[in-house]
Amino acid sequence: MIRLPYLLFFSAVLFSAGVYGVLARRNAVLVLMSIELMLNAVNVNLVAFNAYLRDAALTGQVFALFVITVAAAEVGIGLAIVILIYRNRETINVDEVNLLKW
Amino acid sequence: MIVLGFFLTAPMGIGYMEHKVLAHMQHRLGPMEAGGFHGWAQLVADGVKFIQKEDIIPKAADSWVFTLAPAVVMVPYIAIFAVIPFGRTLWAENLDIGIFYVLAITAISVIGILMAGWASANKFSLIGALRAAAQLIAYELPLILASVAVVMQAGTLSLVGISEAQHHYWYIFTQPVGFFIFIVASLAELTRPPFDMPIADSEIIFGAYTEYTGLKFAFFLLAEYGGIVAFSAIASVLFLGGYQGIPVIGHLIPGFFWMSGKVGALAFFIIWLRATYPRLREDQLQRFAWVALIPLALADIMVTGVVKVLVK
Amino acid sequence: MADWIVFWVIAPVSIASAVAMILAKNAVHSALLLIVNFFTLAVFFLILGSPFLFVVQIIVYAGAIMVLFLFVIMLLGVDERESLRERILGQRWLALLLGAGLVVEVALAVRVGVGFGHGGLPDFTRVNRGGNVQALARVLFNSYFFPFEVTSILLIVAAIGAMLHGRRRIGDEETIDAPIDERMDEPGPEPVPAAGPAEATP
Repeated sequence: MIRLPYLLFFSAVLFSAGVYGVLARRNAVLVLMSIELMLNAVNVNLVAFNAYLRDAALTGQVFALFVITVAAAEVGIGLAIVILIYRNRETINVDEVNLLKW
Repeated sequence: MIVLGFFLTAPMGIGYMEHKVLAHMQHRLGPMEAGGFHGWAQLVADGVKFIQKEDIIPKAADSWVFTLAPAVVMVPYIAIFAVIPFGRTLWAENLDIGIFYVLAITAISVIGILMAGWASANKFSLIGALRAAAQLIAYELPLILASVAVVMQAGTLSLVGISEAQHHYWYIFTQPVGFFIFIVASLAELTRPPFDMPIADSEIIFGAYTEYTGLKFAFFLLAEYGGIVAFSAIASVLFLGGYQGIPVIGHLIPGFFWMSGKVGALAFFIIWLRATYPRLREDQLQRFAWVALIPLALADIMVTGVVKVLVK
Repeated sequence: MADWIVFWVIAPVSIASAVAMILAKNAVHSALLLIVNFFTLAVFFLILGSPFLFVVQIIVYAGAIMVLFLFVIMLLGVDERESLRERILGQRWLALLLGAGLVVEVALAVRVGVGFGHGGLPDFTRVNRGGNVQALARVLFNSYFFPFEVTSILLIVAAIGAMLHGRRRIGDEETIDAPIDERMDEPGPEPVPAAGPAEATP
């Protein structure tokens, strides 16, 4: 039988990988993908707690559902912005998009 | 096992049917030659041809992705057959969320097409793959929305449940609009004519499949015919009562034959369209999905909901 | 027992695909590995008693979000020379250190909270009364009705926003011969003959 801690460690590892991706990857699309990875690690936690706490109100699953929805919206807008940046600057490297930085 | 066997034979049958039907419709003589009487051996001839061909992977291609792509396109259509009921008791799995599962799984094959188009290192393939992705995402929505109306009427997501709910009358009579939307959207999902912009052979050769040869290409073809069977089967379950026969003499023939007959008829219809309609232009195609089909499907859902509440 | 096997088969695949996704040089490979990862997570939702989230995960992530990602990557072209560049001094070691710290912290929290001896997977019959979808719908449309509506508004706003961002200024287009007012706002596949893993061999 799986125990809850295993699932928590598992999602912690996934989340850490996501954080590293956000910090280290320079490609804006890959940064967005790493964010998706983090959100999914959180979803695993939510659903796992929902299962192990025997929550008949299904709070964890409902929250996971909301997270997925918000992630979909985020990706839509995020990729539109990436395309916009590419159109204006000919690059999607987050280091070179530094107009607002001084 | 039955499911797997059915999947492995049915698409070939449909492929054969396409050959013969188109040959008759277009008065082509080729498929009438093989094997003497009426060209019965065309299917065998095709199989031998595909196996004999050299398996080429282009030098610039990403060989892993290139090799995996045919499998990614094909596997979803096998996975679908696990939940489709072919008779009152003839199904592999009765999922609570059957129709939702089926629609989710069909969406995966897009990824395979994108992989194939990108890995081929050929600009026509890439254009074809991008067209396919845009088209499949656009027509996924009306497909799901049309099924939602049926699900609302049946009150269950299970495919067996939906079939059972059509005991008295088929849903094509209560959901004609939904049926129309579903058939049009599944034609587009299959990238069949008149929605075959992604593989338009006269302008981008054969889209994502251009670089594929031999068995890998045969996989794509099988996936296409498997897709025709799959979408015909889903449409039969949703709108034509699945294994339910027509009222009076329905029980004389087993459900399996009703289901197969309906699937065959819809597949014939899909092939028929190929011989009949010209291709839509890319912008017309997108426009049709977003401006016509999706609002229509939403209106259909609204009417279904209102009627359901009123009848109750 | 079955779920134990599933866990020990799926979890390593999941973590390996996540790490490979972060480290892969090629953006398309990253996206494909992320799809593998999302599938493994979908299987987790299944064994955690939520078939509905299993399907949602597949249809939303594999079917829509990742297709969108692949679409954009292929549209913009894959830039091989960009890859992983670490901006903070000693970032990899710092990352490993902090990651290990997180694992220790989770371990301590678990020990204080539920303890490692906490039992296995419960049965879901009580939680998923009358089917997972029905149970979820009951909760979603009763207790969480207002958040649900707000989220739907958010989605519509996001869709409109993405559409406005993505549209080109009228006059920029030269490929479509339809009159201006009949042009589509939604960006279809653009006529950019770029990308692919390498140039096609002549």
